[in-house]
Amino acid sequence: MNPTQPLQQHHKHCDDLFAAAEALAQAGDWPACASTSTQFCDEIEAHFATEEQVLFPAFAAATGMSGGPVAVMRMEHAQMRDLMAQMKAAVKARDRNGYGGAADTLLILMQQHNMKEENILYPMCDNSLGASSLDIGGALNERLEGQCQTKT
Amino acid sequence: MHPNLSFEQAPPISVPYRFFVTAPWFGVAAGLLLAWGGENALISRWAPSALAATHLLVAGFMLQAMCGALLQFVPVAAGGNVWRARQVALFVHPLLAAGAACLATAFLTAKSGFFIAAAATFATAITGYAGIVGLALQRTPGKGPTLMALRIAVTGLAITVGLGVTLATSLGTGAGLPVLEITQVHAAWGLGGWALVLLMGVSYYVVPMFQLTPPYPARLARSLPLALIAVLVLWSAQLGGTGAGWQQGVLLAGVALAGVYAVTTLVLQHRRRRKVADPTLYFFRGAMVLLVAVAVSSLWFGLDADLGGDRRAAIWIGLLAIPGVFVSAISGMLYKIVPFLNWLHLQSLGGPGQMPPNMREMISERAMMGHMWLHFSAVATLLASVIFPVLTRPGGLLFAAACAWLGVNLAGGVRAYLRFRKRMTAAATA
Repeated sequence: MNPTQPLQQHHKHCDDLFAAAEALAQAGDWPACASTSTQFCDEIEAHFATEEQVLFPAFAAATGMSGGPVAVMRMEHAQMRDLMAQMKAAVKARDRNGYGGAADTLLILMQQHNMKEENILYPMCDNSLGASSLDIGGALNERLEGQCQTKT
Repeated sequence: MHPNLSFEQAPPISVPYRFFVTAPWFGVAAGLLLAWGGENALISRWAPSALAATHLLVAGFMLQAMCGALLQFVPVAAGGNVWRARQVALFVHPLLAAGAACLATAFLTAKSGFFIAAAATFATAITGYAGIVGLALQRTPGKGPTLMALRIAVTGLAITVGLGVTLATSLGTGAGLPVLEITQVHAAWGLGGWALVLLMGVSYYVVPMFQLTPPYPARLARSLPLALIAVLVLWSAQLGGTGAGWQQGVLLAGVALAGVYAVTTLVLQHRRRRKVADPTLYFFRGAMVLLVAVAVSSLWFGLDADLGGDRRAAIWIGLLAIPGVFVSAISGMLYKIVPFLNWLHLQSLGGPGQMPPNMREMISERAMMGHMWLHFSAVATLLASVIFPVLTRPGGLLFAAACAWLGVNLAGGVRAYLRFRKRMTAAATA
């Protein structure tokens, strides 16, 4: 298995959570939307943290590239975090249009971001980290569990 | 860095927008022309008003919107670096507008000077455009079915315009060329080799992205544009004189490919994981249903010689394809592209924590849905006018009104961008 495969699979899982949360907001089911949105944002945050704290530093160490593609990905993470904050605020305010607008924007940004990672950055990482013992799946699970513990 | 990764590759927002805000008004002109011509406007595909309206739509509306969108799409989705995009847009945009106006005037007045002027204008604009965009597509390190389709589409555009310029020059100078055969080949390359292949390439990228659908099957995505080109090459053989039965088979193969693409898209959209629908999805679905109708009608006309021989058959197919398929798909795409580009360019202006308004604050969803209902009512009325010609005038007026609504909505999107940019710039300097 390539080192980045767990992250690719996790993209699909996050897409499903996004779609579920968006549909709940559209239906006006705010308690369920709040719970699913929180789960979505937590999973995305764990995903970003795994990339920023584990994958990107390992890639930088292996290739000497700390700017370039990695810097673009970090910048897009920041943009998506801002949009998730807007979604959370819209859930609190029970603002269907505000939620829908932020979700629309996040969806395109997130899908373009995922495509860039899956088609360009992850293959670059797999090439340079293939022989290392980096356990991305383990790191992701650790962060996902961390999110759950913070909540309980 | 791979060119795909950075937003910096995207052209200035004015590059696509100058095309987008102009395109709908050619649709308004086409609708008004049909309303003005009334029952006689669509009496035959060769009627001057029908030819003028067709070219206001394909060389005015569609060409503007597609050329503008491609200047944005090539760097962002295909990683191609378009040389001096701003200058290309400044050069090509007015020429396309002038060329479409000249061509429509030429058909209506039958004055040779307008044909010559239109030919020269389109030849200049598209030689420059297809050369520069084609080079960007050739040089990009990217790969995949979208890029392949874009390369084929730009080649299709060059062939379409080459044939169109030949026709216009022939009509302008009275040179004795086989105008009927060249027209058939020109129309097939324009609608199939350029517009449909471009729509396919863009769909491969945006349909899964906008609605979280499964991707298009890889083998199908690669084969459809290639098969369509093979069909178009065979169809072009009629320039050297081909039997009618043979031609009919080639035409049916081409529309069957279009049908396969449309049905695949509808199936993928049905299997989407995103449950929330929006105007873009409705427009795109409508376009695909109408493309299935193009395929079914063409097959029917092919099997029923009486029906296929009726002069109204070509009008029916043209109305389904041009205002039906392409104007619908383009409208839906613009309603996603403009709000997102607004947001993307605005957020690059803002400092940390200074977020621009979200996409829904750029163009109101109610206005987009209103336009959509008016647009599909206009298409339905125009289709009905093939059987009841008295409906041509109301159909033309409805279509003009729908295109005007699109123009107003897009201009409103651009105004929203300027308003928010002013506000964000003021906040940043305060």
